Amino acid sequence: MNAASPRALRLPKLFDISWARVFAVFLKELVQMRRDRPTFAIMIAMPVMQLVLFGYAINNDPRHLPAVVEMREDGPLTRAFLASLRASSFVDIVAVTPRADAADAMLRSGRATFLISIPEGFERRMVRGERPQILVAADASDPVAAGGALGAIQSIADQAFAPELQGSLRFMARAPPPYELVIHRRYNPAGVTAFNIVPALLGVILTMTMVMITSIALTRETERGTMENLLATPVRPVEVMIGKTTPYIGVGAVQVVIVLMVATFLFQIPFTGSFPAFLVAVTLFIFANLMLGYLISTLARTQMQAMQMTFFVFLPSILLSGFMFPFRAMPGWAQAIGESIPITHFLRIVREIVLKGAGFSDIATDLWQLALILVVLAALALMRFRRTLD
Amino acid sequence: MSDDIVIDVNGLTKSYGGRMVVDHFDLQVPRGAIYGFLGPNGSGKTTTIRMVCGLLKPESGEGRVLGFDVLNDSLSIKERVGYMTQKFSLYEDLSIRENLDFIARLYGLDNRHARVDKALEDLGLVERQSQVAGKLSGGWKQRLALAACMIHEPQLLLLDEPTAGVDPKARRDFWDQIRRYSAQGVTTLVSTHYMDEAVQCDSIAYIAYGKKLLDAPTADIPKQINLACWRLEGRPLQQAQDMLEGAAGVDLVARFGAAIHVCGRDPALLERTVLNVREAQPHINIQRIDAGFEEIFIYLMAESRDNFQ
Ligand SMILES: Nc1ncnc2c1ncn2[C@@H]1O[C@H](COP(=O)(O)OP(=O)(O)O)[C@@H](O)[C@H]1O
Ligand SMILES: [Mg+2]
Repeated sequence: MNAASPRALRLPKLFDISWARVFAVFLKELVQMRRDRPTFAIMIAMPVMQLVLFGYAINNDPRHLPAVVEMREDGPLTRAFLASLRASSFVDIVAVTPRADAADAMLRSGRATFLISIPEGFERRMVRGERPQILVAADASDPVAAGGALGAIQSIADQAFAPELQGSLRFMARAPPPYELVIHRRYNPAGVTAFNIVPALLGVILTMTMVMITSIALTRETERGTMENLLATPVRPVEVMIGKTTPYIGVGAVQVVIVLMVATFLFQIPFTGSFPAFLVAVTLFIFANLMLGYLISTLARTQMQAMQMTFFVFLPSILLSGFMFPFRAMPGWAQAIGESIPITHFLRIVREIVLKGAGFSDIATDLWQLALILVVLAALALMRFRRTLD
Repeated sequence: MSDDIVIDVNGLTKSYGGRMVVDHFDLQVPRGAIYGFLGPNGSGKTTTIRMVCGLLKPESGEGRVLGFDVLNDSLSIKERVGYMTQKFSLYEDLSIRENLDFIARLYGLDNRHARVDKALEDLGLVERQSQVAGKLSGGWKQRLALAACMIHEPQLLLLDEPTAGVDPKARRDFWDQIRRYSAQGVTTLVSTHYMDEAVQCDSIAYIAYGKKLLDAPTADIPKQINLACWRLEGRPLQQAQDMLEGAAGVDLVARFGAAIHVCGRDPALLERTVLNVREAQPHINIQRIDAGFEEIFIYLMAESRDNFQ
């Protein structure tokens, strides 16, 4: 045997993918996944659990939210309104104060979720038919909580003033109401709603499970000692990568179906956009997350480390992706981080498609950015794969 | 390089955390040989074997295995070598058959089904083929691991303490199997702790603290070590043994039935000590003997205790 130029031979050899070997790894992972019942169960139960938890929070009218009333005028009408607020189970009046700064401070510090402000001369102007304003400022940094209760305050006001508007004031008890309810959402002007959250939740669920599962793909082999045997065979890094990640596409697909069904039947969210575009996007997104997890597993030395790194990825995925806070309202550096993680692009795509009826052309930019992220992650993972035990 | 030298490595060196774990290791193993690799725990056997099959990159040194460069062509080596790891490294959550099938697929073998069947039959694992590997006893795991590393009919077997912790019957079966492969022309490098296994090897390399101290055909080893030995019999034997233990010139004291064998590298010093003992215990008979394999290997193993630092 004459191996005169081993260097020249090495590179092509590394990349001559054998689909038979890929299939071998794929099959093995599939069997192991099937035998690992608890993990498998969690992967299926997680989307249901999260949706139900979130759905519960969204569906249920929030009650007993603390409110501070800034009362600049004390009269029969305003007292009646205050009494109705007190009687209502939606809000709990924690303080009544004539001072604007004190009320403001309570809202800012979070001791109150609402600030209900009745201005000076309210009654007089109401009687004159000038439609005075009741100002409601909501701390919408907890948008789910704030959103539901705002509607409640409107109806409380209606009911509170109705019995007072009898007799000589009867003429006022007709639409439109003789006052104006002005609502300010503070800290989160976008005001996220259920329609906004459920499609986005698909992104969060897929990120969590896909990254978490693949992040231990290699570390598990290392910890169980099976890596040594695997590396002693002629299997190539690319083959391990493909074979180890593809079984989880199936898991991702099941999760997508679950979320879509819950979104449609439980939350009645209309799917307005192009379904093929959605399929392409969700497939790319699943791949990108699998690669992200796989990259982690090439970096971590133990399963414990892999888990910690996974949570390190979750933080920006939730905080900087536009899931929690409006993306455009974030500072530049935070947006830059957001742009580099898969979920940010997926959230935009899925909201565009599901809620705004978008098709391929509308999501093209985010789609190729997602593809770019996928390629970069895969390349990094392959570079990081240790072909020896060093 | 001759085609008949299957392993031909020179100056292999590896260190961990600044400590040289394998220090300029040379080894030449001819085709068809069963080469024993001896040394205390932590002496660097596993590290050496891993470098030979391309699982670890040596810091320095070079060599060829089956004609392929260890530094640059480890993929070609991996395709042709069967490596049995010291610790069981197949999948405990896969069945015996699934494990073999997986390995067979990775080597891209034709007639995979038939080969797996044959491997199961050869090793007497047919009835247990759907049992999960993690539930097997040590001896059966050993058999499975050997079957897995033989399935692609490698030309070279690297076995890292393959019989550690296995009962004597299973060990004998295992060696019968190795000798059958050897008869078919398979070369074997096997590390072991057991003296009875060492003597079955054609040649032996002995390593301690990462350095090769001895490398010779097994039959030549007694000559190379040049160990002086005495046999002591009579009464009171225990007192005699207590006196010998740790005395000048004594490297090894071992009980052989109703006798003591005492050995040392310095014949003059040893003789003086033995004569002193006889003087103190006149009922003890002394007799000079030739060192056998037993004494040599007990000496080698006792000489260097665990090398972990
Ligand atoms: N991955 C590693 N990291 C650090 N030290 C190691 C590593 N592998 C082996 N060693 C050290 O190298 C020495 C030789 O180990 P090894 O080759 O396993 O010896 P043997 O197989 O002869 O028992 C030991 O002291 C061991 O602690
Ligand atoms: Mg070892």
